[in-house]
Amino acid sequence: MDAEISADIRRRAEEALDRPSPRGPDLDVRSFPPASPAVPLEELISRGSLLRRVGIDPLGASRSGSYLQADEGQAIASSGTPGLRVSTLSQALESGEADPYYWRAVPVDRDKYTAAAELFGGRVGYFFVAEAGARIERPVQSCFLMTTPGSLQAPHNIIVVEEGAELHVVAGCLTMMGRPGLHAGVSEFYVKRGGRLTYTMIHSWSEETHVRPRTGVIVEEGGEYVSHYVNMTPVASLQTDPVVRLVGEGARAHLSSVIVAPGRSVMDVGGTAVLGAPGTSAEIVSRIVAKDGADVANRALIRAEAPGSRGHVECNGLLLSDDSRIATIPVLDAAVRDVELTHEAAVGKLDEEQIFYLMSRGFHEEEAVGMLVRGFMSVRLEGLPEELSRQIESAISMAAAGL
Amino acid sequence: MLEVSGLRAEVDGREVVRGASLTLGEGEVALLLGPNGSGKSSLIQTLLGNPRYEVTGGRISLDGRDLTGAPPDERAAAGLGAVFQMPPSIRGITLRSLLRKLAERFGSDYGELEDLAGEMGAAHLLDRDLHVGFSGGEMKRAEVLLLMAQRPKVSLLDEPDSGVDLESLPVIGRAIAAFLEGDGPKAFQRRSALVVTHTGHIARYLRASRAFVMIDGTIRCFGDATAVLEDVERLGFEGCARCLRGELVEDGC
Repeated sequence: MDAEISADIRRRAEEALDRPSPRGPDLDVRSFPPASPAVPLEELISRGSLLRRVGIDPLGASRSGSYLQADEGQAIASSGTPGLRVSTLSQALESGEADPYYWRAVPVDRDKYTAAAELFGGRVGYFFVAEAGARIERPVQSCFLMTTPGSLQAPHNIIVVEEGAELHVVAGCLTMMGRPGLHAGVSEFYVKRGGRLTYTMIHSWSEETHVRPRTGVIVEEGGEYVSHYVNMTPVASLQTDPVVRLVGEGARAHLSSVIVAPGRSVMDVGGTAVLGAPGTSAEIVSRIVAKDGADVANRALIRAEAPGSRGHVECNGLLLSDDSRIATIPVLDAAVRDVELTHEAAVGKLDEEQIFYLMSRGFHEEEAVGMLVRGFMSVRLEGLPEELSRQIESAISMAAAGL
Repeated sequence: MLEVSGLRAEVDGREVVRGASLTLGEGEVALLLGPNGSGKSSLIQTLLGNPRYEVTGGRISLDGRDLTGAPPDERAAAGLGAVFQMPPSIRGITLRSLLRKLAERFGSDYGELEDLAGEMGAAHLLDRDLHVGFSGGEMKRAEVLLLMAQRPKVSLLDEPDSGVDLESLPVIGRAIAAFLEGDGPKAFQRRSALVVTHTGHIARYLRASRAFVMIDGTIRCFGDATAVLEDVERLGFEGCARCLRGELVEDGC
């Protein structure tokens, strides 16, 4: 990378290192030193069942490529599929391949977490490229494990889907052995003309983990970005607001989140779509289940800047106990006349009539409640390989069963 | 089989079932008639154990077993099942998934249910969320399928003919009739049903022996189904109520 650009990025990061995020509990990023895992990555991977929970195939046999990383240290990147290039970010920066994409979809000085990723993160993370016209059916996977107590994991990930290509990515993140820490991953995704990227992310953190993902997506003409996010377990705190910019005519985005917030989880989860070109459309759907003292803010923002664009927000929250809280904040922002922006939102408890109805059909009260909670968490899964749909369904079922 | 005696129930402190009594024999199909607001649906909901309906007196028993205070799932396990008049819409639970679960629980054949769904013109509903955006006729078809999966000894059918288009009525009527006929022609092999009907339209498909008339929260009379239906048609429920003055009389009004 050009030395001047590189120095400029570092300077901006340094300036932002004390800039708090406007949302979510503020953390001192310096108090989470990056670490290498005490246990070799290969050994961690051999504990397959934990990885499978978050949609990861430990051996990668069913995948078109794999990237696995523990803490800030070891990483394994591999691909055996024509049309798909998989490398670590540092490799891609060395070769110059990643230069046009580095800090272009997420500003490095957005807040202290992006700054920490640049300054402390050591440029680990993955670089996936689906080459022009390549339609890669089998998903490529990425897995982030946190194993060292009190440490920072700040990978920087970049996905490029070239013109007319199609790529499915499944990202699984988990803390092993219930250890605390800070995960502040940066993800920059670029979907070029007519390309299609689906991104499935399954999180299984621990009650002591702070999570601050920073995601930016840029979608060009006729491209499509689909993301499905499932958070299965309690966290200490989670704050994220992926920003999808639809910059080319007819580009589309669909973002769904299924968030389980048990325990003392503090979450501020959102999604932002900018309809920046004519005929673009975005849909943001979320299902939040809060219980036992959880506090969740659920945001969704669609901004329409070009004529003929359409957006829809659907935020539903379910409170399973009186001591938890869900605030849903849908925002529709239209800067031109010829647009169609709509939202529906509902927060409440389970409907007694529905519980009675299922009980009258022979289900115990607990079964009826379980069925309704699982039903509430269902979202439409479109355009995914069947295996990924099944994995999402199963993660949602496990999350529901854990409530 | 099903015995209801002196049943009283309140909703939000308002008494809606006021000392209702009726019996339903093995394999018997009976109609429950009455004007709007007379308490027919309230009676059905109370029999099913809807917690909104607080029982303040009387008794419900099935095959000699007291179900008066039993939770709804125990009543279902004991052999009570229903077609709801206004079932709730449930997002995220498809008709198919619920049929499967019921088939497993009550030992019915899921493949057969799928065939029946086809015959009833309800195959397109299987993968839809239960009752979400269903038309009146679709709702009844789905309810009847769920009832069949549950295979109750006693079916409580709350207005299976209301809000149903002309095309759906015979489909629903015949399906219910076939289901109630059960495994054989003899009475003990048949299933019992209490069928709430406001219009009486469903009656022509069912082999109903008796009809009960409910007025102001109580059963005012019962008698031969055909005779009672004729009387109601001739005199209206008002006339029916006048001629009885609260007395229970056999063989119609």
